[in-house]
Amino acid sequence: MRNLKANLLELVRRTSAELPDDVVTVITSAATQEQEGSNAQYAMNIITSNIDMAKLKSAPLCQDTGSILFFVKAPKGFDQLAFEKVAREAVAEATARGYLRQNSVDSLTGKNTGNNLGPGSPAIHFHQHRGTRADVRLILKGGGCENVGAQYSLPDVRLNANRDLDGVRKAILDAVIQAQGKGCGPGILGVCIGGDRATGYLHSKEQLLRMMDDVNPEPSLSALEKDIVISANKLGIGPMGFGGATTLLGCKIGALNRLPASYFVSISYMCWAYRRQGFILNDSGKIVEWLY
Amino acid sequence: MIQLIEPYAEDKIRALKMGDMVHLSGLVYTGRDAVHKFLHEGGKPPVDLQNQIIYHCGPVVIKEKGKWVVKAAGPTTSAREEPYQGHIIEKFTIRAVIGKGGMGPRTLEACKKVGCVYLHAIGGAAQVLAECVTDVLGVSLEEFGSPEAIWAFRVKNFPAVVTMDAHGNSLHAAVLEQSKEQLKQLV
Ligand code: SF4
Repeated sequence: MRNLKANLLELVRRTSAELPDDVVTVITSAATQEQEGSNAQYAMNIITSNIDMAKLKSAPLCQDTGSILFFVKAPKGFDQLAFEKVAREAVAEATARGYLRQNSVDSLTGKNTGNNLGPGSPAIHFHQHRGTRADVRLILKGGGCENVGAQYSLPDVRLNANRDLDGVRKAILDAVIQAQGKGCGPGILGVCIGGDRATGYLHSKEQLLRMMDDVNPEPSLSALEKDIVISANKLGIGPMGFGGATTLLGCKIGALNRLPASYFVSISYMCWAYRRQGFILNDSGKIVEWLY
Repeated sequence: MIQLIEPYAEDKIRALKMGDMVHLSGLVYTGRDAVHKFLHEGGKPPVDLQNQIIYHCGPVVIKEKGKWVVKAAGPTTSAREEPYQGHIIEKFTIRAVIGKGGMGPRTLEACKKVGCVYLHAIGGAAQVLAECVTDVLGVSLEEFGSPEAIWAFRVKNFPAVVTMDAHGNSLHAAVLEQSKEQLKQLV
């Protein structure tokens, strides 16, 4: 765990101030799709300047630095308790330094804890894996976009959505319609088909760890991901809901088994300020690779 | 690009149309949930809001060498103020409301009646918008907490889009309707 605090602090700083290259690439290309002189192009130009400026100033890209979600895959024998302790220290320090806003409120008293620590914050999801290295990833997910996430239980009579991929498609497109103007589009969707209400949402967030340009190994899901992006962009909602060509920048879909009685579609909406970063630590605790 | 410069006279505001892109320069007052509830319940505003602009924003402002410095100043979701906004626009003759996500029919109605517009700022653009704040003139109602207080900012070339005008037009309503129509073709 040597240097872990400094490494995690740098992880938080980078995540908050710098969008990963794969995200910047799709945003930059989307900006060129909007009509010259349109409100949508105006919005995209301001978004791209903001991305550059935040990186240059090493300042939060958006003032809502969001929920702090760690995803850790660690080798056997990795001390999770020690990691959690150091991660909490790093989060408090990052808040004091202004990489993170004071963003954690006691749900009963309404009091802001002032250091982003409290029950559920930060959220750390551990998994064990074979190998000797630790894979540590962080997502900062803002409130505006988290508020427009949705979970559908199929069949859904209002949407005429059955328990099949066509029903899933109807549910996702409905979520895009409902989210318009909120959640700072253009957005990226993480979707889970199946699971229970809790595992479904978690798996939908895990989809947001995937690279923008990866290909889903399951052909039916790969086809659905592409279709959702094309269809959503035909809706004409556009950046910020101003109307325009880009409503979604991407869609990533995973599936979990379900109970025979349940069929959930869980959708996490990520805003354009798609802050995720991660690194690989070797067995002596050194960063050997940045992941995004 | 339309330059919207203080003072915010009624005819200037009524001349704005849905879809106009503006650069705003002049005074704006921040106000979010606590301020709206306070004013709605009859609280006396500590600043003169007549012919002024309210910005839905919980900024990050810190003191550096005895001077206020704005570290982040993006818009917050306006929909939460819908129960109060129409009344506040009418009561204080507000000339513009800045925020993100748009507002509902009651606010639109008040805009028409009073001569007020909704200016949509770019959500998440905290750094670009912080750069537009050239001066912090003061803060009041700080007891609500720093992000919930009324900050008086002087802004220069603050970028926004008129998404609700003083003639009853709402871009939000128009895009919603059109996207629902499109969806019918797709499912
Ligand atoms: S939705 Fe995203 S970009 Fe918009 S205010 Fe929230 S965190 Fe920022």
